[in-house]
Amino acid sequence: RKWSLSGSGCPEPNLGAPGSSLQAARPARAVLAPNGALRLPPGPGVAMTSELDIFVGNTTLIDEDVYRLWLDGYSVSDAVALRVRSGILEQTGATAAVLQSDTMDHYRTFHMLERLLHAPPKLLHQLIFQIPPSRQALLIERYYAFDEAFVREVLGKKLSKGTKKDLDDISTKTGITLKSCRRQFDNFKRVFKVVEEMRGSLVDNIQQHFLLSDRLARDYAAIVFFANNRFETGKKKLQYLSFGDFAYCAELMIQNWTLGAVDSQVDDMDVDLDKEFLQDLKELKMLVADKDLLDLHKSLVCTALRGKLGVFSEMEANFKNLSRGLVNVAAKLTHNKDVRDLFVDLVEKFVEPCRSDHWPLSDVRVFLNQYSASVHSLDGFRHQALWDRYMGTLRGCLLRLYHE
Amino acid sequence: MPGKLKVKIVAGRHLPVMDRASDLTDAFVEVKFGNTTFKTDVYLKSLNPQWNSEWFKFEVDDEDLQDEPLQITVLDHDTYSANDAIGKVYIDIDPLLYSEAATVISGWFPIYDTIHGIRGEINVIVKVDLFNDLNRFRQSSCGVKFFCTTSVPKCYRAVIIHGFVEELVVNEDPEYQWIDRIRTPRASNEARQRLISLMSGELQRKIGLKVLEMRGNAVVGYLQCFDLEGESGLVVRAIGTACTLDKLSSPAAFLPACNSPSKEMKEIPFNEDPNPNTHSSGPSTPLKNQTYSFSPSKSYSRQSSSSDTDLSLTPKTGMGSGSAGKEGGPFKALLRQQTQSALEQRGGSPHRFCRRREFPFFTLTAFPPGFLMHVGGVVSARSVKLLDRIHNPAFVGIMGNTRSYKLLDWNSFNSDEPETRDAWWAEIRQEIKSHAKALGCHAVVGYSESTSICEEVCILSASGTAAVLNPRFLQDGTMEGCLEQRLEENLPAGCGFCHIPYDELNMPFPAHLTYCYNCRKQKVPDVLFTTIDLPIDATVIGKGCLIQARLCRLKKKAQAEANATAISNLLPFMEYEVHTQLMNKLKLKGMNALFGLRIQITVGENMLMGLASATGVYLAALPTPGGIQIAGKTPNDGSYEQHISHMQKKINDTIAKNKELYEINPPDISEEIIGSPIPEPRQRSRLLRSQSESSDEVTELDLSHGKKDAFVLEIDDTDAMEDVHSLLTDVPPPSGFYSCNTEIMPGINNWTSEIQMFTSVRVIRLSSLNLTNQALNKNFNDLCENLLKSLYFKLRSMIPCCLCHVNFTVSLPEDELIQVTVTAVAITFDKNQALQTTKTHVEKSLQRASTDNEELLQFPLELCSDSLPSHPFPPAKEHLESASSNSGIPAAQRATSVDYSSFADRCSSWIELIKLKAQTIRRGSIKTTVTVEKASPMGEGNFRNRSTPPCANSTVGVVKMTPLSFIPGAKITKYLGIINMFFIRETTSLREEGGVSGFLHAFIAEVFAMVRAHVAALGGNAVVSYIMKQCVFMENPNKNQAQCLINVSGDAVVFVRESELEVLSTQQPTANCQPSCPGGEVTT
Repeated sequence: RKWSLSGSGCPEPNLGAPGSSLQAARPARAVLAPNGALRLPPGPGVAMTSELDIFVGNTTLIDEDVYRLWLDGYSVSDAVALRVRSGILEQTGATAAVLQSDTMDHYRTFHMLERLLHAPPKLLHQLIFQIPPSRQALLIERYYAFDEAFVREVLGKKLSKGTKKDLDDISTKTGITLKSCRRQFDNFKRVFKVVEEMRGSLVDNIQQHFLLSDRLARDYAAIVFFANNRFETGKKKLQYLSFGDFAYCAELMIQNWTLGAVDSQVDDMDVDLDKEFLQDLKELKMLVADKDLLDLHKSLVCTALRGKLGVFSEMEANFKNLSRGLVNVAAKLTHNKDVRDLFVDLVEKFVEPCRSDHWPLSDVRVFLNQYSASVHSLDGFRHQALWDRYMGTLRGCLLRLYHE
Repeated sequence: MPGKLKVKIVAGRHLPVMDRASDLTDAFVEVKFGNTTFKTDVYLKSLNPQWNSEWFKFEVDDEDLQDEPLQITVLDHDTYSANDAIGKVYIDIDPLLYSEAATVISGWFPIYDTIHGIRGEINVIVKVDLFNDLNRFRQSSCGVKFFCTTSVPKCYRAVIIHGFVEELVVNEDPEYQWIDRIRTPRASNEARQRLISLMSGELQRKIGLKVLEMRGNAVVGYLQCFDLEGESGLVVRAIGTACTLDKLSSPAAFLPACNSPSKEMKEIPFNEDPNPNTHSSGPSTPLKNQTYSFSPSKSYSRQSSSSDTDLSLTPKTGMGSGSAGKEGGPFKALLRQQTQSALEQRGGSPHRFCRRREFPFFTLTAFPPGFLMHVGGVVSARSVKLLDRIHNPAFVGIMGNTRSYKLLDWNSFNSDEPETRDAWWAEIRQEIKSHAKALGCHAVVGYSESTSICEEVCILSASGTAAVLNPRFLQDGTMEGCLEQRLEENLPAGCGFCHIPYDELNMPFPAHLTYCYNCRKQKVPDVLFTTIDLPIDATVIGKGCLIQARLCRLKKKAQAEANATAISNLLPFMEYEVHTQLMNKLKLKGMNALFGLRIQITVGENMLMGLASATGVYLAALPTPGGIQIAGKTPNDGSYEQHISHMQKKINDTIAKNKELYEINPPDISEEIIGSPIPEPRQRSRLLRSQSESSDEVTELDLSHGKKDAFVLEIDDTDAMEDVHSLLTDVPPPSGFYSCNTEIMPGINNWTSEIQMFTSVRVIRLSSLNLTNQALNKNFNDLCENLLKSLYFKLRSMIPCCLCHVNFTVSLPEDELIQVTVTAVAITFDKNQALQTTKTHVEKSLQRASTDNEELLQFPLELCSDSLPSHPFPPAKEHLESASSNSGIPAAQRATSVDYSSFADRCSSWIELIKLKAQTIRRGSIKTTVTVEKASPMGEGNFRNRSTPPCANSTVGVVKMTPLSFIPGAKITKYLGIINMFFIRETTSLREEGGVSGFLHAFIAEVFAMVRAHVAALGGNAVVSYIMKQCVFMENPNKNQAQCLINVSGDAVVFVRESELEVLSTQQPTANCQPSCPGGEVTT
């Protein structure tokens, strides 16, 4: 029998699923425990069947505070407890029962809106909830917003069932409720699925299909890009890096290293790296393999930078190692495995050596500029364009990655 | 062939996935009107099909156009099995039948399924080509406009108000047909929805015919209700006020919109109508000078000249207008002609038609200033009836063939059976009329009717406000007696509606009268109760507030007659207590008048609930209310005494606090100046219950608690203690909030444009342990108070704001369940300006009021009043007579009983029990002060000066909904037609849909959505006078099932913001609210 899910049931009954929310709420519970206000979520759908209490406005009321609590995955009773602690009862003279009823109403509304939020254009065209445009934008933006701590955990991971199973651990580790983790994970996955094989600019596609702000759409582009290329971001070495660092790199890579960078009419253009380009990168190997070329390169850089670099001697001593590191990273990018380790390699081969010699960021910038530019003066080297495409992006990334 | 209906199916969107294999749907559409069906092509594999169909054309009678809804069914094509229905859209094409309303219906409609709710949307275009039909015997009434609004609609001018129209149609409820056992619940519910849609159409058409017969062109204050009688059938009934309306022609002549709807009304006549012929008052246009009078029917005039006992016979005479269907028409017309000619002779004007109506009732609640001369008080009547199916073989046989739902006139099957729903209502209306008469009034305004049904017992209720309407508009010169007298007295004084309409020496009930605090010439009562909105020319001190009386009474479970008897025995006590509570709370608020009073008595299996809501105000013309004094029974007990004095202090404090809260600072007028016309201590507040003639018991309840000025509460037992406590537990709304159940809040006038209409529903389950009256009362009281508190909390972001038109409805769906439904609108107002006070404005409005008198001439409503009898009848005496005669003259009662029993012989199951409890809650009347509501002109000024906030982005197709007849800060430029929709929703997966709350929340949201979509498709951007007339919710948690029926109505309108008006000037807004779809559409 044919059957449609869209009309009725809730794929994820996030009202009153006491079992699921227990663990997730643990950190919150720890905070709340002294208050003693915590009970098991009453599970509105189950325990209160005999009672009914609803409020429906012609314009749908959206309470931003309650929305945040809902997004953060708190159960109704936890949300009520948190609201009580915010002092709202004193401000308004309301009773806890009123607060409970109000919270339930909002939760129900959000639950009904959630289905629409999965495809934001639907929220704009649906007729059931009359919501002013500014509020619609707020609903969408907040729904797709994510926690830094969470995104760092899943960035670059395959957005699969397996990862989803790990959400329990992530929730425990980050203190973000499981429900919230699920929402964030599902958002990533949903966006990924929709734009994965789409033609055109990744950011534009995301913006068009999810109606996100420019800022958030860019973040999602990074998440999709990382998930697709499965860049390793979880190694201990990389823990010092923020999502912003990675997103910055992703943006540069999307702009320069993907198919879209050369041809704007292909599928997956912003998601997959330009395979041809990666193959070509092998050609750069001669920069370090050819001893003359390497020496020449070094002398060009040293001549230009003498007196301009605080860490000149360290640079001079390390030049060959650094150059080998950078070029070898490029040469290795033909293998998927090495693509995934790109950031590990960059940190290992460049960031860490420099950091151990206490290079200031300004020196790194000066060095990298000179290092890239000097290649143009190497007569024997024919792959100038390739080098620029590679090093231009890499320079940006390295500068971003270079911090404590 | 008077009409061609054309329908085009354009596209669908957001359809549900019907084929799981492909995650897509092969959708097509069936378009059905009457018995004709068209189909579109199947649009394969899409959730957003683009059918772009041809124009489907239906050639139909206009009768069908009025009755039938357009049915659009969206289906999923299935090669191998039956096509699956996705959902349906019913479109009422009535709005296309008026010349000035919508010309096309075009837009996205939610596709609705009774099980799944809304499943995507469909874009439809509907047009109607009407041919003129000159057939005089036609059965259609195309062109008669219907308005739910209970005042003259904004962009119209009332040329003539003809009076009361009513009709009802009856059918068997598909839910209870035998076939229900074998068909699916969905089919059954769809059958029900379709049937009710059809019945509403027919009802509207029949009412329209009556209006045409009266030479009117519109029905204002149209109120249609369903009685789901269960086994015995389904009744759809409607009442309204027939009018001849003139459209105000020039939109450029918009006056600055006003906050007060009634004020706006008053301004309407300023616009000089370009066509003077429509002004009916001047004798210079003799043929147009039709002065329709609304009142005395043949039977009534007879009755008024003969004895009162005639009244009791009236239900039997067949004059109950409802029963006079098509067959009754000619007969009635004949009678009317006779009366007309009689009147013409009397009136001495050969060109005058005097239309006589049986019932001088008006469903309107707001009137042009000066129209209402005196208000007598609330009149109400209740009657307990037993419902039963008619086991008439002919009837059943024919019903068996009615799969097509051709409607049946119940009466036609029972033409020999006098006891019909019509007769029931006729009886009640007679009752009301006689009460009004007893109050010296010849008309009833703010009239409404309601029912409460539980199993086979039905309580019919009617209530209104007895009033004397301005005889200046009586053109036929038949004013006599008291009316004329009063006319002379009043006009110079210009003192208004508060003055008593009855004879001071022959008061229908004991009341405390004083000279009017305004004009000092006429007598006014101490307290005034009414069902209407506050007249705009009333002088009010301070602000108003919502006052509710809440009451539960346990009742033994019983069957049939025993049950009905038990209920009728309880009713008087409930009425009495509700009244006492209202009075106490009013005094506690320091106020002296109630407006918009609505008393609802709900019957359940084991209890009765009473809920009265009204808006309390302090009328400047009435005396300052005395306080409340508490008296103990055992004055010698010291501690008890102390307790009493403590309570007394608390009460006094509360009164003082309330006076401050509501800004009640009446000017001090010492008693000596006014003089106490009634020196001896009198019983102050008496509730006089006039028993109807058909009632078999005498009751004259004495509500007096009277000593001097104070209202005395005797605390003689714990019950009384509870009562006093409960008085004090009503918490005032948090600061910044006001509430009222009338259209506008007295004392607030500077509304801003932000409005939020909402519906809130609560159901509580009583544990069977605490079923005592006290516990019940407390539960019920808490339920209502908590509900209000929740509303205040939810709407706190709108502060300062006022909840207007707060409408509570109570139902008892099951043994231990109490359901309360509230619909209201929150409107923000400008606090700073609200603080300013008033003196100058009063003066200003005084001036205006005098100009208003001129306008009134354009409002020639005619009263050919009941009070025409050449002698001022002595209401008090009559009343006493009727009361005392109840035991003595049960002749009528007996007569009816005989009749029933004889019928019972014929049809054993048709047992009828009549208990007519009727009463007149009577508080004096007061005369109109000419001082106009102080605030109005100021509000106007404010509106002009105020920088209007940026209005919401109109491209998203916002549709406002409000129970009020106006939209603050905006001007209604066009009425597009009535919205009257009925939906049923059911589920068999209650838990999965979030329990009962989730289910009902979603359903109500869907109902709102469908109303908005229909309004938008008509080209409108708001619904005014919106009302949720029914919300019947049933659940069966054990089976994981629930069902809900909702009936809503309102007027679809186009409004323009004042700020836009200035810019647009005369430009008509297109206001096409179809949501624009910018690029975001996902097509696959």
